[in-house]
Amino acid sequence: MSCEPWQCAEIATSKKANPIQKPEIAVAMIKKAQRPLLIVGSNATERYMEGKQLIEYLIDFATASKVPVVATAHMVGEFIKRGYQPAAFMNAMEIGQRVVDPTWQGLDGKGHPDLVIMVGMPYYMQSLILCGLKHFAPDLKTMTLDNLFHVHASWSFPNATLEDWAANLKVMTSKFNGGN
Amino acid sequence: MTTKNVNVKIDELKTNSGQIKNLELSIGKVINDNYTEEPMGPTPMPSITTLRDWDMKLLNKYKPFYMPDCDSCCLCTFGKCDLTAGKRGACGIDIATQSSRIVMLACAIGAACHTAHSRHLLHHLIEKYGRRYPLNVGGLNVKVEAPVCRLVTGIKPETLGDLDEILTYTEEQITQILAVGHTGQEGNNLDFESKAMHVGMVDHVGMEVGDIAQISTLGYPKADPEAPLVKLGIGSVDRTKPVIMCIGHNVVPSVGIIDYAKETKVDDKIEVVGLCCTAHDMTRYYDRARVVGPISWELRFVRAGLADVVVLDEQCIRTDIYDEAAKVNAPVIAASEKNCMGFKNRTNDSADEIVADLVSGKVKGVLILDPEKVGEVAVRVAQKVSPIRKRKSVLPSIEEITQIAKACTQCKSCQRNCPQDYAIPAAMKEAAKGNIALLEDLYETCIGCGRCEEACPQKIMIHSLIVKAGEKSMYAENNLCRSGRGQVSDVEIRNVGSPIVLGEIPGIVAIVGCSNYPKGGKDVYDIAREFASRRYIVALSGCSAMSAGSYRNSDGQTIYEEFSGAFEAGGVLNTGSCVSNAHIAGAAIKVANIFAKRPLRGNYEEIADYIHNRLGAVGLAWGAYSQKAAAIGAGFWRLGVPVIVGPHGSKYRRMLLGRKEDPENWMVYDARTGDKVNVGPAPEHLFNVAETKEECMVAIAKLCIRPNDTWKGRSIKLSHYVDLSKRYLGVMPNDLHLFVRTMADVPMTMKDEFAKILEANNWKETIIPDPTLLPRMVRKMKE
Repeated sequence: MSCEPWQCAEIATSKKANPIQKPEIAVAMIKKAQRPLLIVGSNATERYMEGKQLIEYLIDFATASKVPVVATAHMVGEFIKRGYQPAAFMNAMEIGQRVVDPTWQGLDGKGHPDLVIMVGMPYYMQSLILCGLKHFAPDLKTMTLDNLFHVHASWSFPNATLEDWAANLKVMTSKFNGGN
Repeated sequence: MTTKNVNVKIDELKTNSGQIKNLELSIGKVINDNYTEEPMGPTPMPSITTLRDWDMKLLNKYKPFYMPDCDSCCLCTFGKCDLTAGKRGACGIDIATQSSRIVMLACAIGAACHTAHSRHLLHHLIEKYGRRYPLNVGGLNVKVEAPVCRLVTGIKPETLGDLDEILTYTEEQITQILAVGHTGQEGNNLDFESKAMHVGMVDHVGMEVGDIAQISTLGYPKADPEAPLVKLGIGSVDRTKPVIMCIGHNVVPSVGIIDYAKETKVDDKIEVVGLCCTAHDMTRYYDRARVVGPISWELRFVRAGLADVVVLDEQCIRTDIYDEAAKVNAPVIAASEKNCMGFKNRTNDSADEIVADLVSGKVKGVLILDPEKVGEVAVRVAQKVSPIRKRKSVLPSIEEITQIAKACTQCKSCQRNCPQDYAIPAAMKEAAKGNIALLEDLYETCIGCGRCEEACPQKIMIHSLIVKAGEKSMYAENNLCRSGRGQVSDVEIRNVGSPIVLGEIPGIVAIVGCSNYPKGGKDVYDIAREFASRRYIVALSGCSAMSAGSYRNSDGQTIYEEFSGAFEAGGVLNTGSCVSNAHIAGAAIKVANIFAKRPLRGNYEEIADYIHNRLGAVGLAWGAYSQKAAAIGAGFWRLGVPVIVGPHGSKYRRMLLGRKEDPENWMVYDARTGDKVNVGPAPEHLFNVAETKEECMVAIAKLCIRPNDTWKGRSIKLSHYVDLSKRYLGVMPNDLHLFVRTMADVPMTMKDEFAKILEANNWKETIIPDPTLLPRMVRKMKE
């Protein structure tokens, strides 16, 4: 698994993400977070693993982990169609702008998120938003659940096959469902 | 207004009071303002800080959200400096300031590009027609002939010579702005943002100058809603004739070609086709020219062997096009000083010699800076080369695709270098088995950049495979585009001013810019058609105007046949090329001036304030890629017009976003009383990305809402917003309570749904003010 940016010419960085070598590490970090937030982009219905759409894996994960979901683009309807109500829906830049504002009190008004997890946006766009968070919310931790390495995150899964991706997401979900 | 150089020399003068000897007096300019119908406003020819206060009002409302992409600055030899997360560079700059500096520089490059284009055009046209040649952009239908120029500079141009003075102003401003980008100059991000807006405003002036100069002199359609429908698409090109392909934006060499072909009576024996904005301007000059398509069609057209001669003018030209042309034995003529391509300058050689060298293949390309000579050489070479080349192509045969694809090792380098992250390896895998369907699918959405090939370690010509697989679709591209109409006439503005400002025409959607689309040009067609069907006014330009014309409805009509070309509810108008974008800003300005009778000359703030608060206009650059697009956008921002870009537009690295939940963001003065009133997030953002077409549809409808909407207009706008949200997002909007001022705003058929939402959000009725951000516009300020 490679820890180079997935889109080769897109990214220049001096502070690189730590690779998540095992899904258990991601789970531990999410469990440690007090106020995690999961932002899901439009590729959630474009990516397929083992005959299932990414969004279905994410619904399982979000349900098990109880991490509130922000759906960007037109994903809100896709979640609802599948019986899952995201905590919020908004434009990707709008949520990015709120997250870099230290006075923002989160979706529920009870406090700023301490971990932002992103998945499923067009790669370059997600990368740019992560870069914005890295620079302007330096105390915030960020993580990606894609199978594409995101250098601007705090932690990112390395570039991986669809099979490995599916396996990682399933392991993460199982750990929140009481698995060891 | 005129300018003159005055030189007075007195060798000897004797009067009763004294004697003068050898007096020499030189005055650079005498400004003779004969235009007395309208007094000059407060800010003619603004400097880079004159409108700073206005910019800061906008920037306070729409705060920058930076996504720097690059963590360091490498613009000077102090660096590279790491600016990550609060660090400052050797010059003291931080990442927000550096990011805004990059935005400003991008806008300056774009403005320089348009202005330099206009300068070249103007030089050429003045040389040909004289400084006193009168401007005419629409005859009696257009009295406000140059709304942007008048607004910004205060000058009412009447002749080509008058435009010279205006361009001198724009050139000075661009130079000032470029100077600001130097190391150790501006140190505040918001000031950089203000300067980006300044150069964007100047860009619209430069564009307007170029377009009204060419409209006036070259016989283009003049504010004509029924400008001719012209052929569009690769399939529209008659491949039995010699084909001259012109690429770029500056029509001058193409005019030389068309004129020579007509003079020598071979115009019906050759095909003159254009790609990118030059194509639009060629068809405005000569409606038998063909529009091949947007910039992304460049490689496919050349590689398919369809061009016998390639003529390059300026902007948005692949810098390796001469290599591509050489592979298919097509000679190249570079015709712009800005783009010499390394060719020998043959401007002063005889046409016979140049033709002989190009036809024999002794040279692959030449630089010719005389447009008439370009015309002669291109036409003669095309006629001679065509039977020799015999449409030589570098595309493989269908059978060869399978063999070539077998060399693919599935390393995924192509996908990792594809801007769209397309699953090219999967398509190659299938092609190796003899199934080219996936490659064929890629043809429809590929932007033709060729990065996949550059990355392939096996040197597979992936783009050529895609083009061959999509060949059937390529030759089926035979559509219609309306030739660029130029300005919106004063009459049209009078007809629609009231329904636009009152909100009864729900909005103006300007779909402009390049073809760096996330999923192909069909999205542009879908968006344009959706809003035209809803009786919005849809104004198009540039490559977007081509993409919109490239699809047909179920009755077989293109969008230009299905909808009228007028600036009216449900109209779909093509203003023309890149420089014609100024007419879209011009239409907004004209509404303020002609309909609302706001003074125009040098009165920028008041007009922008009017447009921002009253005119439901939105710009969409779905495939914006260039610095020019950034400059065009910046010009709209300063006018207070929100702009949406497609996902690739996030690479401009900075958005200007409002926060709808923050009431302080949305306070305006009621000009009647001076009271501060919360008008809600209207418009919510000044610059934002839409991630998908579906999201974009909803965002457009929402961003057309303005504080000044009447209850009837607001009700219409909300019904579109709700309907589009339900259809494309699958939900009711979650912010409707912020847009309802009185129950009369609620669409009749949605009363029950709204009632629940309003109750849940503790909604309270508010007033509809006479909105302004400018205290000086308040008629009666409260004590």
